[in-house]
Amino acid sequence: MKGKPMTKDAIAARHPRSPEALLSLLHDLQKANPENFLMPDDLALAASHAGLPLAAVRDAVTFYSMFSLRPRGRHIIRLCESPNCHLAGAWSALDELRGSLGVDVGETTSDGAFTLELTSCLGACGVAPVMMVDDEIVGNLNPERVRNTLARYREGR
Amino acid sequence: MNFARAHVLVGVDDEARLAGVQEVLAALREAVADFNLSTEVQVVETGSLGVSGHGVVVAVQPDGVYYAGVTARDARPIAEEHLLKGRPVRRLLLPTTAPAARPADVLTRQKRVVLSNCGVIDPEKIEEYIATGGYEALGKAVTEMTPDAVIDAVKRSGLRGRGGAGFPTGIKWSAVRTAADPERYVVCNADEGEPGTFKDRLILEGDPHKLLEAMAITGYAVGAHVGIIYIRGEYQLSIARTERAIRDAKSLGILGERVFDTDFSFRVEVRPGAGAYVCGEETALLESLEGKRGWPRIKPPYPVTCGLWAKPTVVNNVETLANVPDIVRLGPAWYRTLGTPTCPGTKVYTILGNIRYPGLVEVEMGTPLRVLVHELGGGLLPGRTLKGILVGGAAGAFLAPTELDVRLDFDSLAERAAVLGSGAVLVMDESACMVDMLSSVLRFFRHESCGQCAPCRSGTDVLVRLIANLQTATADRRTLDQMVQIVDAMRAASLCPLGQSVALPVRTAFAAFRDEFTTHLAEHRCPQCQTTARAHGLLA
Repeated sequence: MKGKPMTKDAIAARHPRSPEALLSLLHDLQKANPENFLMPDDLALAASHAGLPLAAVRDAVTFYSMFSLRPRGRHIIRLCESPNCHLAGAWSALDELRGSLGVDVGETTSDGAFTLELTSCLGACGVAPVMMVDDEIVGNLNPERVRNTLARYREGR
Repeated sequence: MNFARAHVLVGVDDEARLAGVQEVLAALREAVADFNLSTEVQVVETGSLGVSGHGVVVAVQPDGVYYAGVTARDARPIAEEHLLKGRPVRRLLLPTTAPAARPADVLTRQKRVVLSNCGVIDPEKIEEYIATGGYEALGKAVTEMTPDAVIDAVKRSGLRGRGGAGFPTGIKWSAVRTAADPERYVVCNADEGEPGTFKDRLILEGDPHKLLEAMAITGYAVGAHVGIIYIRGEYQLSIARTERAIRDAKSLGILGERVFDTDFSFRVEVRPGAGAYVCGEETALLESLEGKRGWPRIKPPYPVTCGLWAKPTVVNNVETLANVPDIVRLGPAWYRTLGTPTCPGTKVYTILGNIRYPGLVEVEMGTPLRVLVHELGGGLLPGRTLKGILVGGAAGAFLAPTELDVRLDFDSLAERAAVLGSGAVLVMDESACMVDMLSSVLRFFRHESCGQCAPCRSGTDVLVRLIANLQTATADRRTLDQMVQIVDAMRAASLCPLGQSVALPVRTAFAAFRDEFTTHLAEHRCPQCQTTARAHGLLA
């Protein structure tokens, strides 16, 4: 998001005060954090806004793979490991990601730029093997394409 | 409104974005303007054109010409040669390497009901949807039909749920209609996560108004005033297009208070998921909508009596709902002319894997698997032979090439102990190792098991370890029998279909490819399995 960052209260105000809004609100709070994770005060805010106990919010947050309670990189890389991408050679892309980033799955690069994750099917199987970098689908992966994509994000798109 | 003599349809989906579709669009519009064609030719952004693996795909209608791998540089030749002079640019034509299955056929020999507008209209313009007869069915329902008449039409059409279970939609609706509680909900399950499936995404991206129209009809039929679309969190473009469609429909008075000036009011909201396959199970989805972790509920009670906030709730898949407007508009008798007597209508499939034309197709129920693989999918790549097909997604069945004549509908597949599932058809040639493919399926289930019930939580974990032993040459002779025992126990004792369905890929893989599994026990020299084992840190 460009421009002046919204306050957390302003983010919350865009959502109805109901448990139904919990996941949307958590998505927005996490997106507003440059380190891509939910902080304790985010959970407290979400709990009071949605009218849920804090424990219930923690319970939900720890269930869904898109949320993190630990700091992550500015960019989240999610490589699909489901059967179709597996068949199409996702592992050579994983080797390249590990090599280029110097981290293993679940880790963040030391400069805080990228976190590497594996994911189930992203529904972009027509261009397998596929990864998502933040909200962008990057498909037809091969080592070169992985390197170019990382370079593009390192340069700030 | 101007009537253009030609439409240049540019498929905008994730693959096309990747290939620079925005530049192509800009260049096409510029070229059309440069040749003074702006009043005659309209460049339209639309959803996927149904062809994958060819970058930016552009169709020129009514000529029926498809261009593939189009770049911004190709815009001028297309405008000058084709649009101005009427000569298609041969070098850009979608490749027709298979004489028996030309891509034109891939697109024209389908029967498109659900996808009728996908890749044809601009999904961000409600006027285009209306121009194709859109929202006519909703108008007809709320002004000319009673709710019971709508339900009766859906019942008589024989429509069955496309989420995998094949439950008759009309019966589900009628259970909600007759429920005692007047507060009811319509929920659309757009938490598409079955591996190899992206049909719902393309419907949402390519024709979101069709879904909104269907939800409003459903709401009218069952007596609900709120519809909620639960879209998986990763589907950003689907979420954006659907939200926009809701705003546009509201501003025209089609959704919201007093639909078509009647007493019926209906609003629709979008809720994103947050990454959990199990939320595609309807009761887990409802839990998630209530702001909780997506743990499936114990059934009964079923959502039709005790759904969202314990209120009667219709939960229908995107594809199921996308059939509804045409059923109402054209009638159940028309619908029954498609498909088989027990499974009327069409089905959308994603054809993937080692296949010439991967992509999305819609054909009548009961179409033989062979037609999908060898005709619409264009067959295998040159010089390759078919080894197996995984039909229905990870929770589907591995079929041997001898099964190619099976008809694809709920009942024909059930006879073979297989399932239609989500409609994913993953084709594998002789280069694929079936042990390795099953290991990928099992890892998927381990990752997505929600952890609520022990059979699934522990069962998926043990299965992954056992198949890893096969892949790393550390399995003993009892391994395959142990795996069968585990999946059978999971089928009997798991709380929800996730754990219950693991038996299907395991048992069918063992049945169709027994030799390959026993070879892995005895010989242990499979390069693919070793690659996979290394990727997971099981081998140095």
